Amino acid sequence: MSLNFILFLIFAFIAATSAVLMITRKSAIIAALFLILNFAALSGLYLTLNAQFIAVVQVIVYAGAIMVLFLFVIMLLRPSDEQSIFDDNPKLKWLATFVGVLVFAQILAIIFIGRPSDGLTPDLQRSIEVGTIEAIGRELYTTYLIPFQSAAFLLLAATIGALILAKKKLED
Amino acid sequence: MIPIEYYLSLSAFMFIVGVVGVLTRRNAIIVFMSIELMLNSANLTLVAFSSYLGNPIGQIFVFFVMTVAAAEAAIGLAIIISLFRNKKTVNIDEINILKW
Amino acid sequence: MSIWLQILISLVQILFTASIILVTVAYLVYFERKISAWAQNRIGPNRVGPYGLLQPFADVLKLFFKEDIVPHAANKPIHTLAPILALVIALSTFAVIPIGPPIYIFDLKIPLVVADVNMGILYILALTSVGVYAITFSGWSSGSKYSLLGGIRSSAQMISYEISMGFSIAGVLIFSESLRPMEIVNSQAGFMWNAFVQPIGFITFVVAAFAETNRLPFDLPEAEPELVGGYHTEYSSMKFAAFFLAEYANMIIAAGLIVTLYLGGWQIPYIENLGLSYTLTTSLQILGFFVKMAAVLFFIIWVRWSLPRFRYDQLMNIGWKVMFPLSLLNLIWVAILVMLMN
Repeated sequence: MSLNFILFLIFAFIAATSAVLMITRKSAIIAALFLILNFAALSGLYLTLNAQFIAVVQVIVYAGAIMVLFLFVIMLLRPSDEQSIFDDNPKLKWLATFVGVLVFAQILAIIFIGRPSDGLTPDLQRSIEVGTIEAIGRELYTTYLIPFQSAAFLLLAATIGALILAKKKLED
Repeated sequence: MIPIEYYLSLSAFMFIVGVVGVLTRRNAIIVFMSIELMLNSANLTLVAFSSYLGNPIGQIFVFFVMTVAAAEAAIGLAIIISLFRNKKTVNIDEINILKW
Repeated sequence: MSIWLQILISLVQILFTASIILVTVAYLVYFERKISAWAQNRIGPNRVGPYGLLQPFADVLKLFFKEDIVPHAANKPIHTLAPILALVIALSTFAVIPIGPPIYIFDLKIPLVVADVNMGILYILALTSVGVYAITFSGWSSGSKYSLLGGIRSSAQMISYEISMGFSIAGVLIFSESLRPMEIVNSQAGFMWNAFVQPIGFITFVVAAFAETNRLPFDLPEAEPELVGGYHTEYSSMKFAAFFLAEYANMIIAAGLIVTLYLGGWQIPYIENLGLSYTLTTSLQILGFFVKMAAVLFFIIWVRWSLPRFRYDQLMNIGWKVMFPLSLLNLIWVAILVMLMN
């Protein structure tokens, strides 16, 4: 077992367990905590894939910005904890879980019958080059310049939209 | 390198957990967090393929997904705040004014 | 070079850096008290050891033997997690700050930085953005309204000032064309220090650094008159000590960052023209780094005892309406400068 594989197992275990714990906690804050843990584990997984830029951006954007926003809203609203997760209409919930397991089994079957790794010849050197900030930056500012600008515009629109939505009352 | 199937399975698992979360939880904020989990599991697939194929497009797409997720989180949480201000709840079962 | 040798070198570097930070923190507290005493015309700590030099150890011992109190309404696991998180983040940020040029021991090139990664600056930004959690969680998990208010204030403040900090750093990055701290230092050879090239960016960065480290005039998260103690009101004993340590370690990191990004890092202008031996030049440069850092730290403490605290709305106004546009202006200035130089 290589070091990379051990790291993958550790991070995959953290990611999977924290995802399950996230959707089964009553308190929204604890759920947010597990989601942050999940994002941190994902960042580690990106590192095992040699995607260093995405790994750091994952921490900055998801863990550092989006989840702080979530925590902020949870603390601001202090929503009461749900009484029980499988309380009202348990049938629907067990059905959802059952369907989830079924779909998961289906996807697993597709992945392991299709075996996408058969056609792949991964090149370690190339994958390290691809993940650097230089490679991504070059593509982003040449080939994908217009999408990049639209993304910036989208963020501006979202900022204004959030401001107006969360404001107490619109001035007439 | 590790077979790509492992990454895909993990991603599928996280996606399904997100789906179950959206279907079973009633707290709008947790539903929203489950959606973020699903977005992230899709990102993992994209980065895995990008790395294994030696093609940066997958990672650039993830970059854009993150931008959209940030915009979505800002707007979505603003909507939840204004909902809470009007209905004093974040339980999505009680927000049924358009349903009859 | 074998992998084990590399691991050994890294371990030595980590131990070395961590112990430097811990010892500096201890004496930083001492000097802060001495400087505050000097500013207020007092004597300051002078009982434990000669000139009170053993005072930090007495303080640590006192904190160590205190009772660890966890409030009844607290969420215990998170209440314990928060100070650990704060300390870990504070200690690991220093890993990418270079304290000198590479040195050679038995023909072995050893960079004087724990991790010379090419994402160094992004790593620092990532850690500072995660650092918000330590304070938010400590505020929330204490189950006290003072702590909660302090925590929420602090997260809002840190998020607001992270933006102007990021934009000021972007100006530096355009100039150095690299995210590797070592390259950023190299790009400031001679008197091309970023503090002189982009003074506006320097000012916005220093202000943001003050806000990020919760120092006066931005110490609202722990404003004593309004919030009793802020986010660490409900902490005692070693948990409080962890917050205390983290706060001062953050101060050292902020000083190290200001020196690395804006004051030429370990460079002493034109020292290579003097014809000194390599060993002497290197030692002078390492000394230069610490002298610059000490000067910045003195400035931070000096400001604390000179300026009053901002009101919360004033703080937000300055962050969003003054510092953020100024850092954008700096970015435009750097872009024009780079265009003219090419």
